[in-house]
Amino acid sequence: MHKESELRPPLILGDKTWHDITEDVCRPVESKANKWWWLAFSVSLAAFIWWVIAVSYTVGTGLGVWGLNKTVGWAWDITNFVWWVGIGHAGTLISAILLLFRQKWRLSINRSAEAMTIFAVICAASFIVSHMGRPWVAYWPLPLPNQFGSLWVNFNSPLVWDVFAISTYFSVSLAFWYTGLIPDFAVIRDRANTKWRKRIYTILSFGWIGSAKNWQRFEEVSLVLAGLSTPLVLSVHSVVSMDFATSIVPGWHTTIFPPYFVAGAIFSGFAMVQTLLIIVRKVLTLEDYITIYHIDMMNRVILITGSIVGVAYITEFFIAWYSGVEYEQYAFINRATGPYWWAYWSMMTCNVITPQLFWSKKLRESVFATFIISIFVNVGMWFERFVIIVTSLHRDYLPSSWTMYSPTWVEAGIFIGSIGLFFTCFLIFVRVFPVIAMSELKTIVKSSTEGAKKKQAATAKQETH
Amino acid sequence: MEKRYWKGVDELNNDPEFVRLRNNEFFEHLPLNETLQKKAESDSSTSRRDFLKFLGFSVAAASLAACDAPVKKAIPYVVKPEEITLGVPNYYASTFADGSDYCSVLIKTREGRPIKIEGNELSSVTKGATNARVQASVLSLYDNARLQQPMAKKKRTEWTAVDVEITAKLAEQAAAGKKIAVVTSSMYSPSGKRALSDFMAKYPTASHVVYDAVSYYGMLKGNELSFGKAVIPSYSINKAEVIVSFNADFLQNWLSPIEFARQYGETRKLRNGKRTLSKHHQFESMLSLSGANADQRHKIKPSQQSAVIASLYNKVAALTGGTSVTAISTPLDKSLDSIAKELAAAKGKSVVMSGSNDPNEQVMVNAINFLLGNYGSTINLDRTCNLKNSNDAGYAQLLSDMDGGSVGAVIFWNTNPAYTASNPKAFAATLAKVPVKISLSDREDETAQGCDYVCPDHHYLESWGDAEAYKGSFSLMQPTIRPLFNTRQAGESLLKWSGNTNTDYYTYIRSTWNTSVFPMQNGMSSFDAFWNQALRDGIFEASFVIGGATSFSGNVAAAANLLGKPASGIEITLYEKAGLGNGAGGNNPWLHELPDPITKVCWDNYFAVLPTYAEKMGWRQGTVIEVKVGNSSVKGPVLLQPAMADETIAVALGYGRTNCGKAGNNVGFNAYPLVSMTGGVLNYYATGVAVNKTVEDDYTFALTQTHHTMMGRDIVKETSLAAWLKDPKAGNPPELIASPEGPKTPEELDLWKTKDEPGFDRINHSWGLGIDLNSCIGCGACVIACNAENNVPVVGKDEIGRAREMHWIRIDRYYTSDITKENAEEKGLGKLDMYGEMEKPASDNPQIMFQPVMCQHCNHAPCETVCPVAATTHSSDGLNMMAYNRCVGTRYCANNCPYKVRRYNWFKYSDNDQFPYNMNDSLGKMVLNPDVTVRSRGVMEKCSMCIQRIQYGRLDAKKEGRRPKDGEIKTACAQGCPTNAIVFGDFNDPNSQISELFKDERSYHLLASVGARPSVFYQTKVWNRTEEPVKNHHS
Repeated sequence: MHKESELRPPLILGDKTWHDITEDVCRPVESKANKWWWLAFSVSLAAFIWWVIAVSYTVGTGLGVWGLNKTVGWAWDITNFVWWVGIGHAGTLISAILLLFRQKWRLSINRSAEAMTIFAVICAASFIVSHMGRPWVAYWPLPLPNQFGSLWVNFNSPLVWDVFAISTYFSVSLAFWYTGLIPDFAVIRDRANTKWRKRIYTILSFGWIGSAKNWQRFEEVSLVLAGLSTPLVLSVHSVVSMDFATSIVPGWHTTIFPPYFVAGAIFSGFAMVQTLLIIVRKVLTLEDYITIYHIDMMNRVILITGSIVGVAYITEFFIAWYSGVEYEQYAFINRATGPYWWAYWSMMTCNVITPQLFWSKKLRESVFATFIISIFVNVGMWFERFVIIVTSLHRDYLPSSWTMYSPTWVEAGIFIGSIGLFFTCFLIFVRVFPVIAMSELKTIVKSSTEGAKKKQAATAKQETH
Repeated sequence: MEKRYWKGVDELNNDPEFVRLRNNEFFEHLPLNETLQKKAESDSSTSRRDFLKFLGFSVAAASLAACDAPVKKAIPYVVKPEEITLGVPNYYASTFADGSDYCSVLIKTREGRPIKIEGNELSSVTKGATNARVQASVLSLYDNARLQQPMAKKKRTEWTAVDVEITAKLAEQAAAGKKIAVVTSSMYSPSGKRALSDFMAKYPTASHVVYDAVSYYGMLKGNELSFGKAVIPSYSINKAEVIVSFNADFLQNWLSPIEFARQYGETRKLRNGKRTLSKHHQFESMLSLSGANADQRHKIKPSQQSAVIASLYNKVAALTGGTSVTAISTPLDKSLDSIAKELAAAKGKSVVMSGSNDPNEQVMVNAINFLLGNYGSTINLDRTCNLKNSNDAGYAQLLSDMDGGSVGAVIFWNTNPAYTASNPKAFAATLAKVPVKISLSDREDETAQGCDYVCPDHHYLESWGDAEAYKGSFSLMQPTIRPLFNTRQAGESLLKWSGNTNTDYYTYIRSTWNTSVFPMQNGMSSFDAFWNQALRDGIFEASFVIGGATSFSGNVAAAANLLGKPASGIEITLYEKAGLGNGAGGNNPWLHELPDPITKVCWDNYFAVLPTYAEKMGWRQGTVIEVKVGNSSVKGPVLLQPAMADETIAVALGYGRTNCGKAGNNVGFNAYPLVSMTGGVLNYYATGVAVNKTVEDDYTFALTQTHHTMMGRDIVKETSLAAWLKDPKAGNPPELIASPEGPKTPEELDLWKTKDEPGFDRINHSWGLGIDLNSCIGCGACVIACNAENNVPVVGKDEIGRAREMHWIRIDRYYTSDITKENAEEKGLGKLDMYGEMEKPASDNPQIMFQPVMCQHCNHAPCETVCPVAATTHSSDGLNMMAYNRCVGTRYCANNCPYKVRRYNWFKYSDNDQFPYNMNDSLGKMVLNPDVTVRSRGVMEKCSMCIQRIQYGRLDAKKEGRRPKDGEIKTACAQGCPTNAIVFGDFNDPNSQISELFKDERSYHLLASVGARPSVFYQTKVWNRTEEPVKNHHS
């Protein structure tokens, strides 16, 4: 059995037994929702309905109902797309890379983080479809056999790479997530005392019986999927960044975009995980499982990635100056001092300055401070994409075509509605799925609970006597 | 033995029931006939059940039908008309003459529909040039605001009825001794004049009154005072080395702008060994198109103009031995000295023009031209210009007669005084006093509203007609389509009312030509042959001998004494815009959506004011002010316009129509009330103007360009003639990129290693465009030509305001800024402040540059690589193509286009009530070019370099087994350009004009450092100056 130094802080507080974990994790699934859940769900659903209205209006009338123009062809649509894809990255990092690095602290948070990934990618994909002029032919960028003669997609286009990256990402994440859920579904199935719950979870658990062979295959599949997901953490946002980096728009055409975008994605993803889990642990009383230690760990990731992002911003400016290219230099001067200066400085404040507060251990361990800063980071990362997209486009090469961009209620509706869509999904998730990977978490009960640590300490004391 | 097969035993048995059924396949009774017959409900055998069945079926059928794209059937001719071949256009020579512009044109018709206007190169007057208004005139044919039948007292009626009534009433008025007046705009149609004289012969009390909204009466009077004959001479600007214009916007509106633009373009070319340029001085208060093109522009207030002319006269007189007059000194005296020297040095090769309607000022200008010996060389008093012959005094007399009650009947032909009146209310009251009021307008316009009868005229594309624009320069107008509505040619109406037995206007014109034009030539003996040739060519040029020496008999001293004096206070100047002109074509949405060449505003007029002056007055862009001249006041928004004279407001006429049709009603405001009558002539400026700021909310304009300076970038390259003569590459250094091995050209750093020569490795053809920035005057004819050729939708003011215009070609207009990269440091500005300051156009007198930009058809096109579905690709002959069907609308291509020429269909612009323009009704759609797809919503579009024309030309050549000849294929923009600034051709043909031009040292690619390798190139702008141009870019 895995042994862990008693000096390491416990990953589960209290003297939890396997049964305690089952009880704690299954409780939300097996009990009725309280009024707070219903309130949150209603608000999310309402926002989602706005999304439905706004998207239908756009598809029915034309993209003219957005605020775009001849010069600014992308704005909130792609900002939101990149923002959501970025948010998704934390889930994959936690479940894949931390698995490979054997970071046990991921066990309490990986399930929700992966769920967040799935929902975020759904939101992101919705922007890909809705930003198209003819969404009814949205399948054309897929290299499908067709009746148009020898017509094929353009493999030179980063948007085609995007299609591959996002669809791969979504399918692998979904498979990974679902694989992890199977043993937990089996637990709910076995505890189910109503007919329908039993039936549904029987189907969902794919006939899991908990045999040694089951567990062996489970471990193998998890490892393989982790191996597949790991490059995706780096590749997906690299590909997204190439939408910009391979173009010739000053401010987009930047070779540091792939690493810079990946760091930004993880940065924003962890911030979103913090935002969600701080609420979840409180509402579902899972403080024993998602502890201050977890929060601290994630804050460290935020601090590191935030600093990388900050360096990237400064590098961009340096390179603009160093390149000696008029257009490049102006693009960055315009970013900081042009008509959208407020967006740029919002981004700088939220993304570069606020995460630096996490050098303080006190703030890292403060739930309240973490929550506030995580919101700042979420906002800042949204502005980052807005700044890159809009301030680069609105003033590019020929001043005759320079314009301004401002969104309409439709775009606002689609953005806020996508948050509604995300939370609607997430709220359903916390009621019907086990929010903590309990089967996996149980593997550390003997080594990493507070009780186990105490026992270990007591044994050690005895041995020295 | 023959084998037999049976369908069944029934057939074998020949069962009688089977035979009955076989003979009547659909034996079941269908109640169709009963249903379709108009029977009383109760008689019908259609039961409620049947009704529901039909209903159910039709709903199902309709929804099934809706599932698929509707099938539109092309119906071929059963018997093909001899002259029409499907898909092959026919061209007919004709004449555009609306009383304001004159142009000899070719009408392109497809399957019997006129769809495009081209210039007629055979014309010695317009030489194949057009302008925006001529290009747009084809759309006016398909205007559903046109009347579809005659109207009597606002009720629809028939021609026979209306003729009987009108003839009776006219006879009655004539018998009562009451005057009958026919009011027309400038009349230079020989047959029209003949019809008028026939009319006047029938009604002895009848008279012909010529009234133009924008009058040249002062010029006629000035020439009468100077030379004893009230004529306007012809001008040969192409022969002028020095051009001095006093507020005469000869490139856009003044006198014969199409002709003058072509002539001016000739003087601005630097090719085929020509190394000289005309020197153009413009004195003006507002920034006109001509002023924008001038080598030197001098700002004056309107009231200063007379003094400046007098002062110039004295300086020229001093140099040429003329007598001097008393003149007030002006602040411009120093520049006038050098201008006088330039003029004197170019004796006989200069021209001085004035846009003033003041006869005395025209006398002064004539005197200057006379002293300079320009008569007989650049100005010809014998080849008189007939284009303008309005008589302000005669019109004023008519108004007072109408008021006095002595006028019994008035007929308005191609004029709209109720709209152009200084006081519309007073005019309406005056008009009401006339017992019989007839309008020949094609629509119920402002004047027709007050008339008893409206007898709608044909559109010129449905009409027979003729014109004598200059003495001896005749042209014919011929119908290119059957009249769309029950309208009648105005001339024919007059003939009917004159009791003429021959009322067929065609035969009437023929007889006019037979008697008066045919004898002017002696090459042909048969009139039919002569007529056919004239009709085919559209023109006939009579040869005539230029008369003897011109002698100036004007009294300069007297004229100088009568000149207006410089005034103080706010002044206003009135002008016409490139699109709307005097407002006659007010319902043409193409013209409304044409960005003003200078201000880039669409769908509006405004009070243009110098920014520093506006600041002093506390006005912002869009502040609504009320301007008062005498008793008239007009309210409108302020537009900040650099280069305006201080304390001067400029406002365009031609807007604020109330009865021209849906597209044009209530666009802008009517500034005609500011026109005043002084000294017997209409006056288009006013002094002592009172201006009040209103409390209304700021007005928003729809601009296609909201940034006005080049920000220190190498976009429009420019140099001076002196520098260019020294070094033909002046102003056009190669764009270099820093690399580890030192500065390199983009070609050297190119990863693709394309050959650095025109043709770009294309195997067969390599099409391209060359644009000479030196002869582009920025007029916008190309924009409308492109609209017409390529079915570019009109999107309206709102959408333009959202920067979503759909034009495939735009003309960028840049001003210089006071702060440049060169002078920022010495002015103590850091880099950030420098960029901020460079955004501001020099308020006082910036230099203006025009640059037409369309798709550059890049050979390394940034748009092509990023399209996920390969909807935009490159053709083997160098064109960047768009497959609308394949486009999914991600807009990535537009984002990645450094030239920002791609246009996106934000909405469905056809068949959409939100866009109530020509693509939304079946009549308006007749203007569409059948060779070009109407784009649907959600797809990207852009300039195709008129691929349909290229293909047509290629196929034509292929049929004859040869390659297309250079110049045979022309894009719409190149063909419409009045100055030939745009040249289309094949880079792979080493002898083509475009290949020659590309070799020239002035040629450059826009944004060459981006490395997109465009197929479009530009040529440096060369100003005729000795000093370097204001440095506006780094090298």
